[in-house]
Amino acid sequence: MDTFLQQIINGLTAGSVYAVVALGYTMVYGIIQLINFAHGEVVMIGAMVAFTVINALVPYGLPPLAIVLIGAGCAVPICMLVGYGMEKLAYRPLRHAPRLAPLITAIGVSIILQHVALLIWSRNVLAFPQIIPSRTYMVGGAAITTIQIAILAICFGLMAALAILIYRTPLGTAMRATAQNQQVAGLMGIDINRVIAATFVIGAGLGAVAGVLYGTYYGLAQYTMGSILGLKAFSAAVLGGIGNIPGAMLGGVLLGIVEALGAGYIGDFTDLCQYGWLAGSISACDGGGHFVLFGSNYQDVFAFLVLILVLVFRPSGLLGERVGDRA
Amino acid sequence: MNTKLAFSLLAAALVAAGCSKETPKPEQKTGAAPAGESAEIKIGHVAPLTGGNAHLGKDNENGARLAIEEANAANIKIGGKTAKFTLVAEDDQEDPKVGATVAQKLVDAKVAGVVGHLNSGTSIPASPIYNQAGIPVISGSATNPKLTEQGFKNQFRDVGRDDQQGPAIATYIATEGKPKLVALVDDSSAYGEGLANEVEKTLKAANVKVLPREKGTNKTTDWKAVLTKLRGQKPDAVFYGGMTSTAAPLIKQGRELGIKAVFSFGDGACEGEMVKLAGEATEGLLCSQAGIPVQAASKKFLDAFKKRYNADPIIYAPFTYDAANLLIEAMKKADSADPAKYLPELQKIQFTGATGPISFDDKGDRKDAEITIFTMKSGKLDPTAVYKGGKIVPYQEFVKTAAK
Repeated sequence: MDTFLQQIINGLTAGSVYAVVALGYTMVYGIIQLINFAHGEVVMIGAMVAFTVINALVPYGLPPLAIVLIGAGCAVPICMLVGYGMEKLAYRPLRHAPRLAPLITAIGVSIILQHVALLIWSRNVLAFPQIIPSRTYMVGGAAITTIQIAILAICFGLMAALAILIYRTPLGTAMRATAQNQQVAGLMGIDINRVIAATFVIGAGLGAVAGVLYGTYYGLAQYTMGSILGLKAFSAAVLGGIGNIPGAMLGGVLLGIVEALGAGYIGDFTDLCQYGWLAGSISACDGGGHFVLFGSNYQDVFAFLVLILVLVFRPSGLLGERVGDRA
Repeated sequence: MNTKLAFSLLAAALVAAGCSKETPKPEQKTGAAPAGESAEIKIGHVAPLTGGNAHLGKDNENGARLAIEEANAANIKIGGKTAKFTLVAEDDQEDPKVGATVAQKLVDAKVAGVVGHLNSGTSIPASPIYNQAGIPVISGSATNPKLTEQGFKNQFRDVGRDDQQGPAIATYIATEGKPKLVALVDDSSAYGEGLANEVEKTLKAANVKVLPREKGTNKTTDWKAVLTKLRGQKPDAVFYGGMTSTAAPLIKQGRELGIKAVFSFGDGACEGEMVKLAGEATEGLLCSQAGIPVQAASKKFLDAFKKRYNADPIIYAPFTYDAANLLIEAMKKADSADPAKYLPELQKIQFTGATGPISFDDKGDRKDAEITIFTMKSGKLDPTAVYKGGKIVPYQEFVKTAAK
């Protein structure tokens, strides 16, 4: 039982980071129907900037929490700038182009950002400084660290803040209006360009925080970290219903849990030796041996398996509306 | 007029070159050559130069490069000409497909020999390509037994094999720690899986119970699901077959989850970088390196390396240094850089390099390869024991006997 609880805690932590990254995908898709494949790279740049700042500040003997906050405080505006620049330079000129053009541009932007990061931060795995002493608490036999608690609190806090922004402020109203119909929103006096830019900037800011959290959680940062994280967050966004903000949050958390449970239990379920009628015919099973068909190395597959299943059975996602006429 | 002259000279040169290939009179050719003439001999080197283990790749390359620079400084004569060795360094990105592509590239570039690759996972798919071209290859770090079990006459390694390294670390775990239950994890690569298989065999033979294998990939950073499962099974020791970039998060997350078992690794994760990436969590880990510790390599090599690169070698540089020297030595003995001519010399070579005396058995494996076991003590890898001929010898004792 404590193993199960521990897997849920692991999944929830990873999932809440996916959720925050997924928000960046879903917001942009909701407003201009573009899958911004470069969003994962924004997350990576957030982690890298924080890495540099934190490393530079450690010798000055500031309190650890202050150092991390300054690190995040530098990463967020820089990522926002990257998000803004990317929209302005790469996507805005293509706003009325066929939909394939900005999509391919997004892949291009992603490659460019990755290689810029390669040039700046080298190709090595960077060890994220572990300055915040990580205490482990035991809850019902499961370990939860201070970092995990902080990640959960920050992610859910950010999601709540975003929900308030979207549903309770004039900017949020403008964003929702633009998402519904750009032309009409424009006729109502909304500055479309400003709203779209704001969407990118907010998404990138969230991505930066996610990057810092991810780096602190796993203690590693590398220029390639954005691609798989981005793909998983994208799957989470699709799972929840792309374009739908509560959907991205739900999708992220669910995906994290599915992944953790999947990786944790697939080996047990596919150990053919526990099925009596099969065990007899497999020589590896003799004398309490095991013959595991799929191991936990299939962890990353779950995200994409979920993506495929959702696309087959519920193309608009768990919370998504039917948007057939948009495509 | 000038162009005409140039053309006729070129034509004459071509004819001469064509003739010398067919007529068996090489002495005439060398006799006609001016005394200062030099011949370029290309030696390939392959290792990952990008990705998580780029630092190890660079270390390997530095070892081979040092050997080549020293050989050039020594003005070695091969076939009557002063040999000018050049290192063609390639990046295989630790990717089997790229490994094969790069091998073809080196064959096309007509290298005389190859040092590499670093990983077993790339060495094995590359080996048939070199074999077809008849180019001798010496790896200083690929330890998967399969590499030399394919019957390729041109494939060598001057480092131990997993089926020696696996038993070494497993024997050490079984005799020193006396565990009841051991968990095995690997990264699904040829190297990691092969090593874990060998450890499993030895442990089972020593009557130690082994949990069903857990697996990740060579890019896994989130081990929590696997570790959580292991925590529930309460093993006394965990062995991981994989490289540093995945081993560091494994041990770090293991300690975070409160796993108290001893963590042990193969040579892929037996380096100082582990401390940088996983910090205090690495304290007390066990790991093995094929061969002898870097600090036990010859002083001449260590000094030269330090002087050239202003850094100490990490793990395999002494082995790639020896590998490059072995190629050069065999060429010297055969007085030819033609792979077909110097390969027989390489097979029967007796050479003392930075890592001690080297000779090869029929498969191309190094005879009498030693394996060293290390323990992490306050952030430093401390050699604790040496495995030789099926027995564990404490390190101090080994050094004493080796010095005699």
